[in-house]
Amino acid sequence: MSVLLDIQGLSKSYPGVKANDDISFQIQEGEIHALLGENGAGKSTLVKMIYGLVRPDSGAMILNGEKFAPPKPFFARQKGVSMVFQHFSLFEALTVAENITLGMDVAPSRKELSAQIRKVSNEYGLPLDPDRLIGDLSVGERQRVEIIRCLLQNPRLLIMDEPTSVLTPQEVETLFGTLRKLSANGVAILYISHKLDEIKALCDHATVLRMGKVVDTCIPANETARSMAEMMIGGELEMPKPREFNPGEAVLEIKNLSLDSTDPFGTNLKNVSLSLRKGEIMGIGGVAGNGQDELLASLSGERLVDKEMIVLKGAAIGRLGPNERRKLGLLTGPEERLGHAAAPAMSLADNALLTGSIRMGLANKGFLKHRKIDEFAKHIVKEFDVRTPSIKVMAKALSGGNLQKFVIGREVLQSPEVLVVNQPTWGVDAAAAAAIRRAIQELAESGAAVLVVSQDLDELMEMSDTFAVLAEGAMSKPQIAEGLTIDEIGLMMGGQLEGAQHAEA
Amino acid sequence: MDFSSLNPVAMIVLLVGAATPILLAALGELVVEKSGVLNLGVEGMMIIGAVTGFIVATETASPYAGMLGSMVGGALVAMIFGFLTQFLRSNQVATGLALTLFGLGLAALLGGDYNGIKPPPTPRLNIEGLSDLPIVGELLFSYDPVIYFSIFLVAAVWYFLNRTRGGLILRACGENHDAAHSLGYNVVMIRFGAIMFGGACAGLGGAYVSLIRVPQWTEGMTAGIGWIALAIVVFASWKPWRAILGAYLFGGITILQLSLQALGISISAAYLSMTPYIVTIVVLVIMSADRKRASLNAPACLGRSFHASN
Repeated sequence: MSVLLDIQGLSKSYPGVKANDDISFQIQEGEIHALLGENGAGKSTLVKMIYGLVRPDSGAMILNGEKFAPPKPFFARQKGVSMVFQHFSLFEALTVAENITLGMDVAPSRKELSAQIRKVSNEYGLPLDPDRLIGDLSVGERQRVEIIRCLLQNPRLLIMDEPTSVLTPQEVETLFGTLRKLSANGVAILYISHKLDEIKALCDHATVLRMGKVVDTCIPANETARSMAEMMIGGELEMPKPREFNPGEAVLEIKNLSLDSTDPFGTNLKNVSLSLRKGEIMGIGGVAGNGQDELLASLSGERLVDKEMIVLKGAAIGRLGPNERRKLGLLTGPEERLGHAAAPAMSLADNALLTGSIRMGLANKGFLKHRKIDEFAKHIVKEFDVRTPSIKVMAKALSGGNLQKFVIGREVLQSPEVLVVNQPTWGVDAAAAAAIRRAIQELAESGAAVLVVSQDLDELMEMSDTFAVLAEGAMSKPQIAEGLTIDEIGLMMGGQLEGAQHAEA
Repeated sequence: MDFSSLNPVAMIVLLVGAATPILLAALGELVVEKSGVLNLGVEGMMIIGAVTGFIVATETASPYAGMLGSMVGGALVAMIFGFLTQFLRSNQVATGLALTLFGLGLAALLGGDYNGIKPPPTPRLNIEGLSDLPIVGELLFSYDPVIYFSIFLVAAVWYFLNRTRGGLILRACGENHDAAHSLGYNVVMIRFGAIMFGGACAGLGGAYVSLIRVPQWTEGMTAGIGWIALAIVVFASWKPWRAILGAYLFGGITILQLSLQALGISISAAYLSMTPYIVTIVVLVIMSADRKRASLNAPACLGRSFHASN
């Protein structure tokens, strides 16, 4: 094997941060090379430089023995470097073929392209129908579109940024099959993931980044997930301790909840039923777009449903709005931090007021109690270790992890009886994620019932007492989480809700 | 009551004439909206087209030069909108409204010396044999050239949007400008081009009113049809063929209410003049009742400013 890409001393600084500091390593032809590191370690900056989206301050790259310094992605693609993004750059209202044409620099005719898509997609075990609308495809199928778009341009190096974070376990297996086939055909793959088991199973080499520097390299097959995690964080890994599960009486009951989505590509909820007990953390898994947003909206009161569909402590609340539900003890934390959970251009104090005014008594007959508001905001900042210069800072000025700690803390500190959160640790670094999970667990220990909707199965397995899956708007029967295998969950996520028989909760 | 004055053939001919300026403006706006920009200044661009077309036509004594002039005039005011919204990233709704007010004022200023003049006439199609046919000749072969052009334009816009790479790129900008940018397309310039096209179409629509339909120049003569054109784009769910349907439907109701007024029906004329607008509102409400379907056809980035960032 010969060296495909030789990275020599790349550095890139942003105001206040050295994102990449003298990074050097090599990628061989046909190898699957993992790039490991926590959020903010500099992985994204590095691959953006390779793909031509960001220009390095110093350092050089040699591709196939030639100097390689792409000023734009177009040039990188011409030299055979392609990238599949974590957030797909796809157009929902256009067809698969149209999306692929748009991403190609020289596009063949419609007919030829459709034939090529069929051929390549079958060759690599990723069947795709060129005439379907993207909006009608599952997340896994959308990723196929991105991959096929890259493959049609015969890449030498394929960069994949967190490709499996949105896939079901079965889809991950299919993807790995494809990647191994590509690697056997001589295509090198630069694979970014924080799922260490996957890296162990798939990758030939790994380069570990921390704080913008290369701190280690290893052969994943010879390491354990734990040892790689410790290389990433540069210290001992703290393992969460298991908790006891003694549920109390039911506080929240959802009975045959059905709701039509308002999003043309959304999923309608079909007869969702569950019963959530005091002290219980129920994890709801499933691939995004299977009804999670609709479930959250119906629980928060943003969308009203039939009165009897949602019952809180014996009271039918299906037709009550968000503030009335807060008064009764049902609080929610939506997925989108900026714009949904928090108003981006308002201060932290104002954001604290927005959901806290009812339960914390922050207003009196329409007049705001500024001192109490500030106290509450400061309390959140202190308890949840939100790193901010002051509570007068605008929400959008905080980093994702800090703002997430703030919005979750805001709900937790109102001592809810039922808390519903969607993707509580999405895009948050490991330390902040651990803090958020701990807070949610402590809340449950104090007797509240918590519903956690997430796509991160590892997170759900770590936190939940009981576990269910949303697939195409229907929900599986909640089961005791302990002892569920990834295969069983995968089957549930694929829509075979009754397929996995396990001890029922 | 005497219904003999309601000659169906004559009414259809009138209907097409009333619908054509709306159709032209709606087609232009449709392309603009497909690229993800909401330009509420259609009325302003139409009135500018009406006055520039009128001035150029009377000065050169050529109606065709006037039409060309109206397209240039419409495109130039659209450029102001494009510059403000695309390069300075001003709010599209506010800027569009301002453009309408600005256009109405500027047109009144420009047209001050042209009140009460007759523009050079635009000849109608006259094909030996065909145009003389009874009924068919009158219905199909006796219009002015702009009407045939407007129908051709519907087909051309449809072909461009659905069958060419350029059209696909334009739609992509309207669906997801971030993704289009990350694939390397220049969203701002594509939208700027679409805005200019929209201005030219609205301008021609305006000139149709001042040169052919009325034909003379009076202040505020477009009388709100720019707003109707905006509504027709939604009614057509951004599909060119349905824009014809919408424009002709509106034209039909306008002509019908005029005929009923002429018949001296015992309803106040004010109510009859309202009907085309009321029908438009009712149709829009019915169309948007199903939120899911309404948002399925709308360009997903409609009206949103685009900020390029890495």
